[in-house]
Amino acid sequence: MTSPTTTAEPGPARLSPRKKRQLIRGVQYVVLGAAALFLAFYTDWKSLALFVQPEVAEKTLPDLFTIALKNTIIYSVGGFILSFVFGLLLALMKLSEVRPYRWIANIYIEIFRGLPALLVFVLLNFLPLALPGFEVPGGTYGLAILGLGLIGTAYQAEIFRAGLQAVPKGQTEAARSLGMSPMRAQFTVVIPQAIRIVIPPTTNQFVALLKDSSLVLFLGVSSGFVELAKFGNDVASENANPTPIMVAGLTYLLVTIPLGYLARRLEKRR
Amino acid sequence: MNHAIEVRDLHKSFGSNKVLQGIDFTVEPGQVVCVIGPSGSGKSTLLRCVNLLEMPTQGKVFINGVELTHLDADIDAARRHIGMVFQQFNLFPHMTALKNVMIAQQRVLKRGAQEAEIVARENLNKVGIGDKCDSYPAQLSGGQQQRVAIARALAMNPTLMLFDEPTSALDPELVGDVLTVMRKLAEEGMTMLVVTHEMGFAREVADRVVFMDGGVIVEDGPPAQVIGDPQHERTRTFLHRVLHPEER
Repeated sequence: MTSPTTTAEPGPARLSPRKKRQLIRGVQYVVLGAAALFLAFYTDWKSLALFVQPEVAEKTLPDLFTIALKNTIIYSVGGFILSFVFGLLLALMKLSEVRPYRWIANIYIEIFRGLPALLVFVLLNFLPLALPGFEVPGGTYGLAILGLGLIGTAYQAEIFRAGLQAVPKGQTEAARSLGMSPMRAQFTVVIPQAIRIVIPPTTNQFVALLKDSSLVLFLGVSSGFVELAKFGNDVASENANPTPIMVAGLTYLLVTIPLGYLARRLEKRR
Repeated sequence: MNHAIEVRDLHKSFGSNKVLQGIDFTVEPGQVVCVIGPSGSGKSTLLRCVNLLEMPTQGKVFINGVELTHLDADIDAARRHIGMVFQQFNLFPHMTALKNVMIAQQRVLKRGAQEAEIVARENLNKVGIGDKCDSYPAQLSGGQQQRVAIARALAMNPTLMLFDEPTSALDPELVGDVLTVMRKLAEEGMTMLVVTHEMGFAREVADRVVFMDGGVIVEDGPPAQVIGDPQHERTRTFLHRVLHPEER
C-alpha cells in the first residue's frame, strides 16, 4: 500500500466502471436465461394444458357473463355504495367534537378492519338467529351487499378521514370568515376537496371489495346468485377440469386492470 | 356613533404561551389602521380574534357596537359583514375565480345565481382581473389569487375588512398590484385593519399605525408619529431593522 492511488490511470488489473457495469448486466441476463431454461425443462406441458381447455372454457358461456359477472358487479357496486356513504359518515364522526361519536366510529372501524372478511360472511348466516323475524331487504343480494358494505365502510372511513384531514385548515377558516356555518363549510368547501383527494385510494378499495365479493359463496347462495369465484369452482367440479377457474380469474382481471389504469389516470390529473 | 371595532382587555393564550396580554384599542368607521411589529408579537392573533377565528381567552370584542364575544352572539351572522383576506389567499381550489366569489353570496346571503354572478363580475373587475373569471386558482399568479380573495370578501358587502399580511406570500413584483387595490378601497372609505410589513403603505395610507411587541400595544398613533418619530425604544429598534435590513 505504498503506491498512491490514482483515478486517472487505472491499473491494468482493474476493470473500468463501464466494463464493470457491462459485466454485472451480463451476469443478470445469464441468471434469467438459466431460470427460464430450468422452468421450460421441468414443466409438464401436457398436464399444464389441462388448465386451458377451449372446449371446457366454452361451457362457461353464456352464464359466465349473464349470471356470474353480473352478480359480482351487483354485489361489489352495492357494497361500495354502502361503504362510500357510511364511510364518509363514520369519518365525519371520527373527526367530530362530540366524544361519543368518536368512540362509536373508532370501535366500528377497529372491529371491521380487524376481523377477517370471511368471518363476517359466515356470521351473517346467523343473522336470523340474532334478529328473529328481521329480514334484510333484497334477499340474497341485500345480505351480500350488507356483508361487503360492513367491511368496506371501515376501510372507506379511514380513507375519508385521511382525505378530510389533508384539506388545509385555511380552507375552513376562509369559509367560516365568509359567514358559513361549520356544517356548510364542510359540505361546500372541505368534503368536495376531500373526495378529489381520496379518488385513488378509493379505487383501490373498490378493487379490494370486488375481490372480497367472492366470499359471498359462504352465504350458501342458490345458483341464480353465484358470483365469479363460486361459478368457476362449480363448473370446474362438473367437468373435473380447472379451466373454468382460469376463465373466472381472467374475468376478474378484465375488470380490475382497467380500474387500476383509471385510478392512475385520475391520480395524474390532480 | 359606535366604534367599528372595539377591543377591551383582550388576552389570548395557546397553552402556556401568552400571545396577547391585555389589548385595548378601537377602530372608527372609515379608518385605516395598520398593525406592525416583529413576528411573534401577536399581531396576526389580534386580527384573528377580531372575527373570532381565534377565541379570546379573556376580554371582549365589539363590532359596530355588538359584542361578538357574548355567549349568545351569532358569530356566523357577524362574520358575513367582516371581510377577511389571508396571507396564503385560501381560495377554494376546486372552484373558478368567479365561483369563488359567488359561492358565499349564494349559500350565505341566499342571492340567486344571476345576482351573485353580476356582483362577482363587478368585484373581479374592480380588482382588475375581470378577464380571469374562468381560471382556477392554480392557474393564477399569487397577486391575482390575492385579488380574487379580496373580491370574494368584497362581494359580501362588508362594513369592515381585515387583512392578515396580504402581501407577505407574494413575489416582490406582484406586491404592487395588491397594494393598489387596497389603496383604492381605503380611498373609497372602507374601514380596514391591516397587519403588514409594508411600511410605505402604512405611512401613506393608514390613518393610524399600531406597533405591537410581546403581546401588548407599545405605540398607537398617526403614521407620522409612530413611523416618523417613534417615542419608544422598541419601536425604534424594530423600524430600524425593517428599514435597514442589512445593518446589524
